[in-house]
Amino acid sequence: MSYIAKPKVVHPGLPRNELGLSMRDYEGGMSTLCAGCGHDSITAALVQAAFELSLPPHRMAKLSGIGCSSKTPAYFLSASHGFNSVHGRMASVATGANAANNELVYVGVSGDGDTLSIGLGQFCHAIRRNLNMLYIIENNGVYGLTKGQFSASADIGSKAKKGEVNRQPPIDPCLLALSIGCTFVARSFSGDKEQLVPLIKAAIRHRGFAMIDVISPCVTFNNHEGSTKSYDFTRRHYQPAVYADYVPPAQEIRSEQAAGSLQAVTMHDGSRLLLHKVGADYDATDRLAAFGYLSRHQAEGAIVTGLLYIDENSPDMHELQATPERPLNSLPYAELHPGQKGLDAIQARFR
Amino acid sequence: MSTQVRNNDFTIRIANVNGTGSASANTLLMKAFFRMGIPVAGKNYFPSNIQGLPTWYEIRVSDEGYICRSGRVDIMVAMNAQTYQKDLAAVSPGGYLLYDSTWPRDKQLAREDISVFGVPLSRMCNERFTRARERVLMKNIAYVGVLAALLDIDVEAVKTLLRESYGAKPQLLDGNQLAFDLGYDYAREHFPCPLPIRARAAGKTAGHIMVDGNTTAAMGALFAGATVVGWYPITPSTSVIDSFKSMAERWRRDPQTGRQAVAIVQAEDELAAIGMVLGAGWNGARAFTSTSGPGISLMSEFLGYGYFTEIPAVLINVQRCGPSTGMPTRTQQGDILACAYASHGDTRHVLLFPANPEEAFYLTAEAFNLAERLQTPVMVLTDLDIGMNDWMCPELKWDAAYQPDRGKVMSAEQLEKIEKFHRYLDVDGDGIPWRSLPGVHPKGAYFTRGSGHNRWGTYTEDAAEYRDLVDRLLKKWETARTLVPPALIDHAGQHRVGIVSVGTCDGAVHEARDRLAATGMHANYLRVRAFPFGSEVREFLDAHERIYVVEQNRDAQLRSLLLIETGVEQDKLVPVLHYDGMPVSADDIIKGINQDVLKGKAA
Repeated sequence: MSYIAKPKVVHPGLPRNELGLSMRDYEGGMSTLCAGCGHDSITAALVQAAFELSLPPHRMAKLSGIGCSSKTPAYFLSASHGFNSVHGRMASVATGANAANNELVYVGVSGDGDTLSIGLGQFCHAIRRNLNMLYIIENNGVYGLTKGQFSASADIGSKAKKGEVNRQPPIDPCLLALSIGCTFVARSFSGDKEQLVPLIKAAIRHRGFAMIDVISPCVTFNNHEGSTKSYDFTRRHYQPAVYADYVPPAQEIRSEQAAGSLQAVTMHDGSRLLLHKVGADYDATDRLAAFGYLSRHQAEGAIVTGLLYIDENSPDMHELQATPERPLNSLPYAELHPGQKGLDAIQARFR
Repeated sequence: MSTQVRNNDFTIRIANVNGTGSASANTLLMKAFFRMGIPVAGKNYFPSNIQGLPTWYEIRVSDEGYICRSGRVDIMVAMNAQTYQKDLAAVSPGGYLLYDSTWPRDKQLAREDISVFGVPLSRMCNERFTRARERVLMKNIAYVGVLAALLDIDVEAVKTLLRESYGAKPQLLDGNQLAFDLGYDYAREHFPCPLPIRARAAGKTAGHIMVDGNTTAAMGALFAGATVVGWYPITPSTSVIDSFKSMAERWRRDPQTGRQAVAIVQAEDELAAIGMVLGAGWNGARAFTSTSGPGISLMSEFLGYGYFTEIPAVLINVQRCGPSTGMPTRTQQGDILACAYASHGDTRHVLLFPANPEEAFYLTAEAFNLAERLQTPVMVLTDLDIGMNDWMCPELKWDAAYQPDRGKVMSAEQLEKIEKFHRYLDVDGDGIPWRSLPGVHPKGAYFTRGSGHNRWGTYTEDAAEYRDLVDRLLKKWETARTLVPPALIDHAGQHRVGIVSVGTCDGAVHEARDRLAATGMHANYLRVRAFPFGSEVREFLDAHERIYVVEQNRDAQLRSLLLIETGVEQDKLVPVLHYDGMPVSADDIIKGINQDVLKGKAA
């Protein structure tokens, strides 16, 4: 957790977004993670995405659980409210927060331990509710703060720093999310900002649960020979399936890529996603196909990345709950209580 | 057999099989007394089962308005062969037993000191009804008819109730009326009706309702303006949410859009349920959950978080019999200590203790004000007896001028004006800092964390800063002491003996005091309604030489809490405990007090 305020120096030449804000306005406190930590790159990508989308920082809320990844909300968006909850329980807090106010942008940051072990249940059920939020898993296959235990995403055969070999099968968050109806499933790599930033932008604009599993190597406990979550291993086995370009509502789509390998998806707010497919046969709107593609390529040892699946048409939690358009936390008291007349009507059946 | 007439002072127990539809017959019977103006209480002793296990329903009719369990059975309706022996033995001497004589009963089982009435309920219903389910259900209505004749219940009151229930379904109405008449006529023909115990119109229920406390707690939340509910089903609290849901459908739905001004999210477990409540409270909605003992255990981690990070939350704990899974359909007050100090580290929570459904309504509504004023989780501790049984209460009122107390929340205008917002700064000196809501103003942003933080709202591992914060939380606790509802005190006079109790013990204490007073033993009475205890609690303890602490758990949890929190001399507080899962009766209390008195005399 950072308690070192970052000096805010804004160069007059820094680019400004539509709100007149610079990238600095989206930053947070100084990171206290290890130098070279993948998580810091993800933090930078989040800052860039929010800046480029011109989101008012105070209209965003950032939430996390416990672990190295969950510390990071202190390192971005210092003008947003943050909620560093308890271990594995960020999804439930986000559910309540979102229920109270459907107008804010909710950014959840979690890790592989926080999501796939202690928080697996909450993760799955937030997906089932199609909670409207961005949920990033900063996935390094290891418990960093407690110094190097395997997490539930560690691959079979992956070697710990002290030499122990993992024998238990991993939980793949993308396959899991696909199997329980997640409406936005993506994977990326902390070392590929070009891919990650548009994915984050698309995920924020997605109405529903947008999960991005970001392989984010732990330089201290899981970056050695024999690890399958190291920088080196990830770069060697990295296989982008789909690149996503986020196109704001008013902008014209321009692309020089061959039409056959392009797929455009219209988002709920009118913006569009341009998917540049590496394999022409990949369809990111076909859940079964995505599941098959991922399973096949992973069996071959590839780390498939990109926007793997998107469904813009499923109802989110508020639609399922039939809540009003106005945020529940803004409804005046007069609209909420039935009054003495109502009380009398309710009590009529108690006689 | 006693032939002395006893009006409006008897207890009926109906022994049945779970799932045979006896609930509506029993409610009909109870409401018939209520409509006759006679104070009445209904208690359901049911199994943790859907169908097939024994269940009992007890109705106490009392001119005096005594509502606790009487500990007596004047008339037993033995409809369950499986428990017949036990039920026969439970009848008080001089009492009556009614059974279904369609089948012969075991001749070995007899009692000379009671009267037994056999009614061929099954045979009569089988002759008149054709459908299997109908035959089972109508047997229950038929015994209501028998009891109406035996106890001289106003037939018109029963028929009116039937018309109100089934008026829209003539076939059902006819069937029910027929079944009632079958029982009524049979009893008039074969038995000495009415018995010496009988019902007499009393005019004592005007301005009252019959209601259970889960319903009124839900009403309290509805009227307090709760808009987010996170919950997980658990006996005996589930019907809090069931009631809330059905009332929300009626009172929160916009008929034009079909949209409902509330989100009721069924969570995957209690961990998530309380997480949702905290998330919503943090974000400025009034939010609550309801649960029971096992849920409290699971929610403890988040309750500590809510205490330390200062987030309003309301939790209704309908206590059941513990420990562990315990007896889910039996009552107890066994969560007092677990709730007072729920979670690791130095935590303490504001608790409210309703004694009946009426208080469950008002105190639940008040819990939302306290939670927001104090920025902390507030738990309303009812129990199964309040929550799931029907109680006679004064009609509930709602002040038209009522406005919720949202506590210290910075508005956008206030934030605009200040130089810098500090979340945990005690600017007013009452230990309660100001909070800001997400999305309101860029200057309001702060980072909520369960890890060490200081008065400025930033992370700390600094010894002095940490201590400064937790000491300020204690200061807030002292403020809470002045804001929670005070204990209710009944000073009968200058007596050296006092009784202290909590929640559902109240009815039994009330009756016990009357009966003790009749024997010349007078005691003053204090009932705590909240934790932290106000100064009046300490004063009461100091003012009495011997204090009986009446509660429904084995370990004298309220007494422990009084000892810890008031520092009163230990020997003064004599525990009077009842913890078998059944609601406490006046007899239990009198016995406990007398034992101590006898011990004192022997010494």
